[in-house]
Amino acid sequence: MNRPPLRQAGLAFRRNLTNKLMWIFCIGATLIAIVPLGMILFYLLEKGLPNLSLNFFTQLPKPMGETGGGMKHAIIGTIELIAIASSFGLPTGLLGGIYLAEFGNNKIGGIIRFTADILASVPSIVIGMLVYTIVVLPRHQFSALAGGIALGIMMIPTVTRTTEEMVKMVPMELRESALSLGVTRVRTIFTVVITAARGGIITGVLLAIARIAGETAPLLFTAFGSRYLSTDINKPIASLPKQIYDYASGPYEAEHAQAWTGALVLVTLILVLSATARYATRGRYRMVR
Amino acid sequence: MALDADKRSLKRQGIFGSGIVDRYFRSITFLLAIIVPILIIVLVYVLGKESSAAWFKFNWSFLTSSNWDPGKNDYHVFFAIYGTIVSSILALIIAVPLSLGAAVCLSELAPRWLREPASFFIELLAAVPSIVYGLWGIFVMAPVLKNCEVWLGQKFPYIPLFAGTPRGADMLAAGVILAIMILPYITSVSRDVIQAVPATQREAALALGATQWEAIRGPVFKYARSGIIGAIILGLGRALGETMAVTMVIGNMPNVSASLFSPAYTMPSLLANQFNEASNMQLSALTLVALVLVVITIIINIIARLLIWSVSSKGENKGAC
Repeated sequence: MNRPPLRQAGLAFRRNLTNKLMWIFCIGATLIAIVPLGMILFYLLEKGLPNLSLNFFTQLPKPMGETGGGMKHAIIGTIELIAIASSFGLPTGLLGGIYLAEFGNNKIGGIIRFTADILASVPSIVIGMLVYTIVVLPRHQFSALAGGIALGIMMIPTVTRTTEEMVKMVPMELRESALSLGVTRVRTIFTVVITAARGGIITGVLLAIARIAGETAPLLFTAFGSRYLSTDINKPIASLPKQIYDYASGPYEAEHAQAWTGALVLVTLILVLSATARYATRGRYRMVR
Repeated sequence: MALDADKRSLKRQGIFGSGIVDRYFRSITFLLAIIVPILIIVLVYVLGKESSAAWFKFNWSFLTSSNWDPGKNDYHVFFAIYGTIVSSILALIIAVPLSLGAAVCLSELAPRWLREPASFFIELLAAVPSIVYGLWGIFVMAPVLKNCEVWLGQKFPYIPLFAGTPRGADMLAAGVILAIMILPYITSVSRDVIQAVPATQREAALALGATQWEAIRGPVFKYARSGIIGAIILGLGRALGETMAVTMVIGNMPNVSASLFSPAYTMPSLLANQFNEASNMQLSALTLVALVLVVITIIINIIARLLIWSVSSKGENKGAC
């Protein structure tokens, strides 16, 4: 411990220097991390805005290569796909989550939790292949129904797990006081527990919708895409992400411009959904992943 | 008497109060909850059944050699496995230092008023769909990257990584776009993990005279280590399964090349490009690719979740109601 004072000074200098350097590194890393992300938003606005007009929402695509036209069919398609997905994905996820929180403290609950995490991590393109095999092949056609099913399957694990976490966070005392007043279990759950957990559950639902709204990969082999307006659930249907992909892969400048505007609309939709979701529960609950 | 009054008051509770709903509610929710494991079983069954033909025909050579020839019905996918792993590792090499730096900055260094908005911004970016990253990748990033590649190729022609003709749409582009995509995930998860480290750990180190960095490097990183590794592996899982953005920028050629400038294929991009037109043996081979991909991502994700859970569950009440 009897180091010469000079070395001690050198050591202190080195330690302080390392400290400063790491400071600079961390701040630099944050800036570098934010730059490409900021650039993406910047280019979305720069390339997407000039083409954005009412026509974009109200017109169908012009024949290939011509300028003008809109993405009405894709916007309606995306809404329809989300509706089909939610119609069975949400009840399944919500009630499944309630089961896990209220009755799931056993082996089966553990298995369901574990498989939900696995399902959440299956690449989305594989979900598309699954639905292709079990829905598209037997019916011999691509369809909005198949696309909705693929997206719905992707919603289930997210909604299940967030609902479970939110319902679990409701204090036991609330349930006990309701039950002790003679209220039945189901009524307790629906009027007391769900009411208390409402904000968090809505957040989970909105985030799940935001996630599937931008999914392209599971739609490639299910909803397939279309250049025409269609609402028939037994026919192929367009969607914003798939239409962007098709336009971006094509050779026409006009279509590239449409792709950028489509991306701007899609990102705006998704960011509004996720920002609302997070704002709804700001400071009350911590989001679970 | 009293019992009758009880029954009457229960009746007045309407549909939720009726005994039937109450009795069967648990079963109803159970039936819906059990859909998740059933889906997994169906998934494994379907993938296994559809891919068995390819597996019995090609066996292990399916995974170890690289020859994809629909004309001769000969399918071996080492090139796609190679492309998937190399592009993901490339993404980690770029994204991990940046996101750890950003996580430390956001949880330890940044002024308090900046932390919430910055984290909010980063979490929003995790919600941007991959098709948008892909769009940006081919129209904005690839041309810029091509210029960088030309420069690198001229300055360091003797390094095999930089051999070949720069194209802009290649392995390097896939790695960079994946890095940008997984950055928000790794940053926000590791920020959470770092914030979960008890303040006493830092304070103890600072009280012993450690500099701020030493307090982070020692106690904080040690405490949060498994969670940070979990966050990185979670990012890896995302990168492995990512389809659209990679398909758009990787060039889609069945190559195995040491050069970062050569176009390649990943497993998901192979599926995205060929599944629609495939039939018979090609379909079976593609399903086998999907099965391999699913097995890899599931293993990776289980490891990641166990690691994150081991940190964030310390001292947390996990009892179900």
